[in-house]
Amino acid sequence: MNIVEGLIKGDRRALARAISLVENEDSSKNEILKGVYTHTGKAYIIGFTGSPGSGKSSLVDKLVSVIRREGLTVGIVAIDPTSPFTGGAILGDRIRMQEHTEDKDVFIRSMGTRGSLGGLSRATKDAVQLLDAFGKDIVIIETVGVGQSEVDVVKNADTTVVVLTPASGDSVQTIKAGIMEIANIFVVNKSDLPNADRTRTEINLMLDLDNKKKEWRPPIISTISLTSEGIEELWEELKKHRQFLEEGDRLAAIRRERVKREIVDYMEHIIKSRLWEKISGTTLFEKTIEKISQRDLDPISGAEKVLERVNLDNHEFPE
Amino acid sequence: MSKERKIRVLVAKPGLDGHDRGAKVVARALRDAGMEVVYTGLHQTPEQVVEAAIQEDVDVLGLSILSGAHMTLFPRVKELLEENNAGDILLIGGGIIPEEDMEELKEKGYAQALFTPGIPTDEIVEWIRNAMESKTSSA
Ligand SMILES: Nc1nc2c(ncn2[C@@H]2O[C@H](COP(=O)(O)OP(=O)(O)O)[C@@H](O)[C@H]2O)c(=O)[nH]1
Ligand SMILES: [Mg+2]
Repeated sequence: MNIVEGLIKGDRRALARAISLVENEDSSKNEILKGVYTHTGKAYIIGFTGSPGSGKSSLVDKLVSVIRREGLTVGIVAIDPTSPFTGGAILGDRIRMQEHTEDKDVFIRSMGTRGSLGGLSRATKDAVQLLDAFGKDIVIIETVGVGQSEVDVVKNADTTVVVLTPASGDSVQTIKAGIMEIANIFVVNKSDLPNADRTRTEINLMLDLDNKKKEWRPPIISTISLTSEGIEELWEELKKHRQFLEEGDRLAAIRRERVKREIVDYMEHIIKSRLWEKISGTTLFEKTIEKISQRDLDPISGAEKVLERVNLDNHEFPE
Repeated sequence: MSKERKIRVLVAKPGLDGHDRGAKVVARALRDAGMEVVYTGLHQTPEQVVEAAIQEDVDVLGLSILSGAHMTLFPRVKELLEENNAGDILLIGGGIIPEEDMEELKEKGYAQALFTPGIPTDEIVEWIRNAMESKTSSA
């Protein structure tokens, strides 16, 4: 059976296979993504980020219970780091998400961060689109908040939740600036531990300094994911933020911006591979490299000269 | 440019016993061999294990069983995989399993490979790599 048809019809195996093919950059990737696109755009996408061990998976697990009570279906993309040395990964987010394994309306997929810069964000976006096309009402992305690639990942979300804890070393100052700025909602998880109030105060202080002119001031929610405390409130705030975005076309604008990034990304990718096809191994390219290495030519002029000779629409190869 | 295809393995501990040291050692060895290991923790029902294996689209499903319930768990998991049209997922396992039970499970196709505790983890890695190679070349 055609994998796209299967996925649209609700075949979980087809969905799972499609995510793998797309993540592996299989030759069928583009066909799959083209095939599902008209079925996307219905899911609401929520991103969770924060330090390892801050309780993201536990939180998501409890939140999903609340969401399911409203009859909404859920897809989860849970990302854990790939070892840069071996390329392998232990993906352990499911340990905390046991409750929903037998619920056929919850689909959980674990992903490793794998290699390339930007690749993770692309793979996440693709997986989210497949879950969306499959018909999930809510799609949740869980990712460790450590660097630029994670910030890029949550750019795929409509609402971003940043999870902090009162634990030492996790104070607001130590969180990367880029991560604080993308938060639409702050969660202080593990509020059963000492100093939770101080963490709240620190966030508030930072918001006072930073966000004064913003239309949406991120709320701060205290949670204990072990006991589900604060989870209902988190869901209410998520709905409020969604409502805020849906008022006055904000959501449409965000999504248009995302589409723009996406198409530019694809165009760059296409041009790059065409360019590479044209120049790799040609005498022109090799000679130019030689000249630059000999300091007879600078790389900027070299690039200009090569490009002058390459017509990307023309299928003839330059000399 | 197509990336190297990663082998995905689900390591699960169905049943009631509470020791997952062995399972964790194997999970780490597979990760160190460059595989993606989905680890699901303790006390899974066969239904949960199979559903997770499907959602994660793993190539290999590894069960760690110390409770003595292997003669019911392996056939049940195999049956559920087949019911869900996922019989192509390689089913392997380890734990405390008597020799004659191992033979029977393998003979009846309830497990493709079984490893006794203390076996060098390299052997498990090797087995998976070889099985994946013959799987892709026959596909
Ligand atoms: N004390 C306390 N521990 C928690 C809480 N939420 C999660 N944990 C524990 O924190 C650890 C990491 O949780 P996990 O959800 O895996 O964090 P993640 O790495 O951010 O996904 C686990 O041992 C949880 O049991 C909480 O609210 N309070
Ligand atoms: Mg997690």
